Amino acid sequence: MRVAKTGNEAMAEAMRQINPDVVAAYPITPATEIVQIFSSFVADGLVNTEFIAAESEHSAMSACIGSCAAGARTMTSTSSQGLALMWEMLYIASGLRMPIVLAEVNRALSSPINIHCDHSDTMGARDSGWIQIYCENAQEAYDSLIQAVRIAEEALLPIMVSTDGFIISHGMESMEVLEDAQVKDFIGEYKPEHSLLDIDHPITIGAIDFTDYYFEHKRQTIEAMRNAKGIVAKIGQEFGEKFGRSYGFFEEYRLEDAEIAIVVLGSTAGTAKVVVDELRETGLKPGKGIKAGLLRLRLFRPFPYQELAQALSRIPRIAVMDRSDSLNSAGGPVFTEIRSALYDLDTRPKIVNYIYGLGGRNIDLAQIRSVYEDLATNKTDELVRYLGVRE
Amino acid sequence: MATLKELSHKKELLSGGHRACAGCTEPIAVRQILMATDTPVVVCCPTGCLEVTTTIFPYTAWRIPWIHSAFENAAATISGVEVGYKALKKRGKIPDREIKFIGIGGDGGTYDIGFQALSGAMERGHNMVYICLDNEAYMNTGIQRSSATPKGAHTTTSPAGKVMPGKRDFRKDLTACIAAHNVPYVAQAIPSMWKDLINKVQKALAVDGPAFINVLVPCRLGWGFPPEKAIEIGREAVSSCFWPLYEMENGKWSLTYKPKEKTPLKDWLKQQVRFKHLFKPGNEAIIEELQADVDRNWERLQKLCELQ
Repeated sequence: MRVAKTGNEAMAEAMRQINPDVVAAYPITPATEIVQIFSSFVADGLVNTEFIAAESEHSAMSACIGSCAAGARTMTSTSSQGLALMWEMLYIASGLRMPIVLAEVNRALSSPINIHCDHSDTMGARDSGWIQIYCENAQEAYDSLIQAVRIAEEALLPIMVSTDGFIISHGMESMEVLEDAQVKDFIGEYKPEHSLLDIDHPITIGAIDFTDYYFEHKRQTIEAMRNAKGIVAKIGQEFGEKFGRSYGFFEEYRLEDAEIAIVVLGSTAGTAKVVVDELRETGLKPGKGIKAGLLRLRLFRPFPYQELAQALSRIPRIAVMDRSDSLNSAGGPVFTEIRSALYDLDTRPKIVNYIYGLGGRNIDLAQIRSVYEDLATNKTDELVRYLGVRE
Repeated sequence: MATLKELSHKKELLSGGHRACAGCTEPIAVRQILMATDTPVVVCCPTGCLEVTTTIFPYTAWRIPWIHSAFENAAATISGVEVGYKALKKRGKIPDREIKFIGIGGDGGTYDIGFQALSGAMERGHNMVYICLDNEAYMNTGIQRSSATPKGAHTTTSPAGKVMPGKRDFRKDLTACIAAHNVPYVAQAIPSMWKDLINKVQKALAVDGPAFINVLVPCRLGWGFPPEKAIEIGREAVSSCFWPLYEMENGKWSLTYKPKEKTPLKDWLKQQVRFKHLFKPGNEAIIEELQADVDRNWERLQKLCELQ
């Protein structure tokens, strides 16, 4: 069915259809609506989920861990400072192998306080052992959240699906929603292997490991993240076979014969695709078109480095656009990881980084065009540049 | 309530062989708490002495389902377990049997860093019991002051030095704070008075909604007394009225034990190394202040109970 929905409405609708056993959450702009809409579903009996309105995000994630340990299918939602407050518990959720699903809305981290989009919040959680999927639009957010339930439960790892704050979360789009029964059938029943409520088989969860076991347990989580890649691919493909929209690790847009390319996450890809089309047709100046391409990375954790290296291996000049900075004085997180993924290629592409859109600073066609122009004219001497900022 | 003989036949749900110190009253309290249960229970502990001494992987002393996630969130974590139970029971995904949920945290994880999570869980009305095992300092990290540490006590972050005679501030009345959440049941207890403690745990488990019990657990290492004195020193905490035993049931306050003769606080203080410096010349006023504080609280509590 075709409907008009904002990203937040789309995520909330997916949650209604998933009808999880438990949702524990705390409101925060711009993710508040997800929790708010879901609360009204609970109040109107459209779901029979138990909803915990926690007193903080830290407690929300702690309650999610408790509920998941009890064997309940558990979801939450947050953004920015909320995710930062959950930070300690994010690591514990993955370490305890809790398949919690989090609907995230990307917003800049303080300070300065800001409510608009950048990726600093989820990028700050990139080493927390959560699977991370970045979405381009409301449709993808909806589809990915439904897939996330299966991915998490099969990988036994928590997962966050994120949208760009306000740009996707509050932007209205035309999209397809599935029938309730289709979603129910796709996600199936959650049958946990272990539960705290299995009274006849008592288990201890969260025991203390000293030097003799910690490493082995971490190694298992690392292996689980490696395995998650295949699970994401399998479920993305199955979704496509059933509903006509397939999802992989990344999307290649006119990349096959590209001579210059941009790598980007989230909603900016939509704007960049317009620029690619324009450049292909008319070039920098009216006349000869340029072979511009785009790679939109969707799965950031686990990081599909081999597939990325292969997809980008034939492109001589690449710009990675990061909507956050690592403050390591050497570029953004997507850049440093992609650059590392390309290291083993026989012929390494020239690769540079553009930091853009921090705190919701608008990114437009002209700015993206200027990045392609730099690549086309070989202006790649600077490792990291900042796009659209007053210096 | 069961007799001591009957209780002695109950299965021990916390096994021996854990790594708590000799003379530690925490496992004693936990055994009494678990003896009070007749239905299956799930326990959640925050990071602390109890957690580290009972669950050193690959061992566990818990013969019941048990979870630990972090330090400041036992109340939030167990509230999630309780809601998970409610959800799965409602949907018929688990057998329809009654399970009780208990959080057991130290004073660090309860009075201080876990105070917000506890307040939130109590306000949300979960069907759970939270028990604070208050040993009056952060013993697990090596005896640092908490907001449960009595005034004048020496800890490693409120040391008795040349110009500072131990902790400067009075302790927080956490039991009253939780009572102010208008939960159905709140009490104070001590393992030295086992019958009283078990009785209170049974009442707490029986109420519909959240319940809180604050249990004083003398710590031989942090307080400084011989391990064999642990139970006795607890009795004197009660007889001096430093730790009165009372309960608040649906707004009604009552003393569950009234000492025949109120013993002087200094006799109790004198037995503990943490108060040793208070007996040096010049510190008499602090002991008087502590006695006055105990007297004031005892008076207030008695009045509260008489009002009913």
